[in-house]
Amino acid sequence: MQDDDGRPAPEALLAEAAAERRGKLKVFLGAAPGVGKTYTMLEAGQARRREGVDVVIGVVETHGRRETLAMVSDLEVLPRREIDYRGRQLEEMDLDAVLARQPRLVLVDELAHTNAPGSRHPKRYQDVAELLDAGIDVYTTLNIQHLESLNDVIAQITRIRVRETLPDSVLETADQIELVDLTPEDLIKRLREGKVYLGDQASRALRHFFSPGNLTALRELALRQAAARVDDQVVQYMRAHAIAGPWPVGERLLVCVGPGPSAPRLVRAASRIAERLHARWFAIHVETLHEQHLDEAARDQIHATLRLAEQLGAETLSLQAADPADAIVAAAAERNVTRIVIGQSRRGRLQAILRGSPVDRLLRRVGPVEVHVLPDIEGGEVVASPRWRRPGPIDPGPFGWSGLMVAGITGLAHLVAGAIGPGTPTLALLYIGAVTASALSFGLLPSLFTAIAATLAFNFFFMPPLYRFTVADPANILTLIVFLGIAVLLSGLAARSRLLAERARRRESDAATLYAFAAKLAGVRLLDDLLWAVVHQLALMLKRGVVLLTPDEEGHLLVRSGYPPDDRLTEAERAAAQWSWDQGRPAGRGTDTLPGAERCFLPLRTISGPVAVVGLDGPAPSGDVRRLLDALCDQAAVAIERIRLADDLDEASVKAQSEHLRGLLFTSISHDLRTPLSSIMGAATTLRRDGEKLAPAARDDLLLSIEEEGERLNAFVGNLLDMTRLESGALEPRRQWVAMSEVVATALRRAGRLLKAQEVKVTVEPGLPPLRLDHALMEQVVINLLDNARKFAPAGSVIRIDIRRRGDRIETDVTDEGPGIPAAERAQVFDKFYRIRGGDQQVAGTGLGLAICKGFVEVHGGRVEILPGPGDRGTTVRIGLPIDPMAPAPPEVSDDD
Amino acid sequence: MTEPLVLLVEDDAGVRRVLRTTIEAQGCRVIEAATGADALRRMTAERPDLVLLDLGLPDRDGLELIREWRGWTAVPILVLSARGDEATKIRALDLGADDYVTKPFAGGELLARLRAALRRNERRGAPPVFESEGLRIDAAARLATIKGQPVKLSRREWDVLRLLVLDAGKVVGHRQILEKVWGPAQAEQSQYLWVYIGHLREKLEPDPARPRFILTEPGIGYRLVRGEDEQG
Repeated sequence: MQDDDGRPAPEALLAEAAAERRGKLKVFLGAAPGVGKTYTMLEAGQARRREGVDVVIGVVETHGRRETLAMVSDLEVLPRREIDYRGRQLEEMDLDAVLARQPRLVLVDELAHTNAPGSRHPKRYQDVAELLDAGIDVYTTLNIQHLESLNDVIAQITRIRVRETLPDSVLETADQIELVDLTPEDLIKRLREGKVYLGDQASRALRHFFSPGNLTALRELALRQAAARVDDQVVQYMRAHAIAGPWPVGERLLVCVGPGPSAPRLVRAASRIAERLHARWFAIHVETLHEQHLDEAARDQIHATLRLAEQLGAETLSLQAADPADAIVAAAAERNVTRIVIGQSRRGRLQAILRGSPVDRLLRRVGPVEVHVLPDIEGGEVVASPRWRRPGPIDPGPFGWSGLMVAGITGLAHLVAGAIGPGTPTLALLYIGAVTASALSFGLLPSLFTAIAATLAFNFFFMPPLYRFTVADPANILTLIVFLGIAVLLSGLAARSRLLAERARRRESDAATLYAFAAKLAGVRLLDDLLWAVVHQLALMLKRGVVLLTPDEEGHLLVRSGYPPDDRLTEAERAAAQWSWDQGRPAGRGTDTLPGAERCFLPLRTISGPVAVVGLDGPAPSGDVRRLLDALCDQAAVAIERIRLADDLDEASVKAQSEHLRGLLFTSISHDLRTPLSSIMGAATTLRRDGEKLAPAARDDLLLSIEEEGERLNAFVGNLLDMTRLESGALEPRRQWVAMSEVVATALRRAGRLLKAQEVKVTVEPGLPPLRLDHALMEQVVINLLDNARKFAPAGSVIRIDIRRRGDRIETDVTDEGPGIPAAERAQVFDKFYRIRGGDQQVAGTGLGLAICKGFVEVHGGRVEILPGPGDRGTTVRIGLPIDPMAPAPPEVSDDD
Repeated sequence: MTEPLVLLVEDDAGVRRVLRTTIEAQGCRVIEAATGADALRRMTAERPDLVLLDLGLPDRDGLELIREWRGWTAVPILVLSARGDEATKIRALDLGADDYVTKPFAGGELLARLRAALRRNERRGAPPVFESEGLRIDAAARLATIKGQPVKLSRREWDVLRLLVLDAGKVVGHRQILEKVWGPAQAEQSQYLWVYIGHLREKLEPDPARPRFILTEPGIGYRLVRGEDEQG
């Protein structure tokens, strides 16, 4: 975080912004039960209600205390949800009811409470988080002993381990903490008066809890916690408001998590250190070769520890390496870690001497990083260790093969011994070959077996006295010992390299899987095909049933694809899927949320948000599979988004076009309606007010402009109506026999008033047949063309109309002497609202004229073309209309019938 | 001669005001009706010399009014209608309306139609003679002269021209001419009409490509007008 330039740190501002959107969390923190947290919370709630805030009670335990009950008095209490659990009726806060009620502030007692099985979240603080996300303020209560990071300390002080714990991060996100303080003496007094509720069984252990010493310690912890929190808020505020100060520069802490039972303790300790240092911290687990043999319970424990670290605010990493020390040093360097916390190794002393303990190696390589080594207090209760795990069923095959190999080598050695004599080390070398081969092909145990078998065979068959397991020559004893030593060492080395090769192969196969998946998805163009490909590939790779859900228009998640095809979801599954989509986190079986569901659901997310939810049969996978799955999901999400974006782009361009058109329509209408209107209104008001004073010529001028602008307005409205008629598709031409020349004639008559500035010359080829036309429509075509020509042609120029026959068509050319239309624009001029010069210029075009011409002519089976005028001057618009073979012959002027 | 009385049937007060002013300036008296019911009442009570009828009325279809009136009176009816609605114009003419004016109209055009209708009404029974700019057509005598020079017309040409002269100034529909000249069976054969109107224009018009007397009403019919009237 850079503060030296005096600008607010972006992260701090972001945190503030996020806090603004969310509801505010206020925690009433107490040192022990009975200090009056609930009472204080209710009191505060009442105060807010008096201020006019909409306050409801989500859940409050009054434990029948009169004062507390009185405090509830007229606050609205939401009914609780009844959950049937093994025949017992449990009551929990009805989260959905609160969300539906949408109060401004909700009071929720006992933040650390564990919900009854079957609830949406296992923990109440998760309910509260959802309320906050929904923008609802929450008041809640908490006893200090429930705080995760203090769990160990408190257990040590009170000798009671509290089961219901709350991640520290929850308290950290609280916007306000109010310490409800009571001196130990007062509390004990209240206890004696029976004012403290201690659950149904007020056991002696619990009474021990309330010893003055314990209470004092707890009170101190609570006070310190509250004080630290206030500190944090001050720091946060000062950062957000760019107040300079000596901020500790990014301490970063990394804790190494192993499979032992003390790992959670280690993580909590690290969390406390990180908290003290205000450090960002990481929890790392390095899976070594040995740990590949860990049983499920041990793996789960590692997973649980990492999750605990996450809850305490750490970022977690899981790596695989042959040497954990190397991996830890590399990870630490990559993240600029300043301190490493590690538990003391419990390796055998022998190994520590041979290879050095991981801690030693870490210390040797780590450089300037501070390393905290914590002792392994609970070392006695080893539950899982890679070395002493109960051996699984051993596959006898490798041992058989190894035995055969030793026997074979023995036979071979006999032949060699026959040639060069017994007792030579050469023979031992042959056995070494067998050990190496066994180690490389079968692993550690078979190769150790081989080493021993080989030693025995060597001794039995080739060392005097022969065919006995005794050794006569002391020198040979040394040979045997050296042989065994080398064999064991070799088997270890070879087995190790075999494991490394296997690991490399697995990595490679993961990479290949990812690559194949990406390749499969890359080619797909249709969303449905893509979803199917995703589901199919995931199902093949994970060997589980897979469903994929995306939301419909209303936001309900629907199964869009499934392999094997199955789109039925239980209510719990539906809820888990929805929650996973909403919160962007896994839900369902094997997770914290709705673990009762049959399937687990993972969100497919990209930077821009969730795109789908994938559901897998069975629990959420962990470890290697989970990492691979996450990578696959990322790819799938990106692929889905890619297709969505492509679709959106198509849609957007269509939309942009219609928006553009609407924009043009708007400009056109406002221009073409308002301009003449303003002239008319201006002229009319002037005439009315100053009519008397105006010279007759000026008055005529105004009157003329009213008339002309009225015409213009009329023409525009006419065009709009024509366009509407055309676009409604209801236009049916009323055809009659009529000569094109007559159409031109009536058009000229109607447009006569417009054509004052130019001369119109009409030439008609004699003897043309009539056409079957809707005279009114075609007249409008000619008028629009004349109107266009008039606008672009200079005053005093000639507009020519030529009517002639070309094959089976009659062509009518309207040619002006204007500036002409560039070839590139000729096709566009038929577009609605297209103006050749565009905008608000002198030449006012409706932009509709030519579009209407095209429409009307096409209704008659004809066509309109834009051509350069003769000699490339001006523009010719050519209307071509087909001649009906049934057309009557043109009239011949005759005097009789 | 008393001033002619015009019944103005129009629901829009603004248009009514303009029309009243325009018509009164021509020396006519105007009575107004804003609804169909009002129009019917005034028609029987005041017996106007001419009706100016907007077809779009709030309470009744204007076409119904024409049908009703034509049951008992021959009073000239001028219909106000919009461009692009040829079908309605033709129906109005078929029902017995005398003419139509396309909205929005220039005052000159309206007044020309108005005068023509009133003149026809006055001249009812007078000999069908048309005179304009040197052209004289006496339909009863079947005599047409241009600046005194006789023009020879065929029988069919006379049949067509006579209809136009009898209703000079007024639009005559295609169907009306075809039925009366060629018989009801030929009512759709507009090519005949096209041929004979062409003949007439060749013989009577100074510039057949831009006729002054025999005007085409696009989609509806023809109108014989005095050249000087149209320029007004």
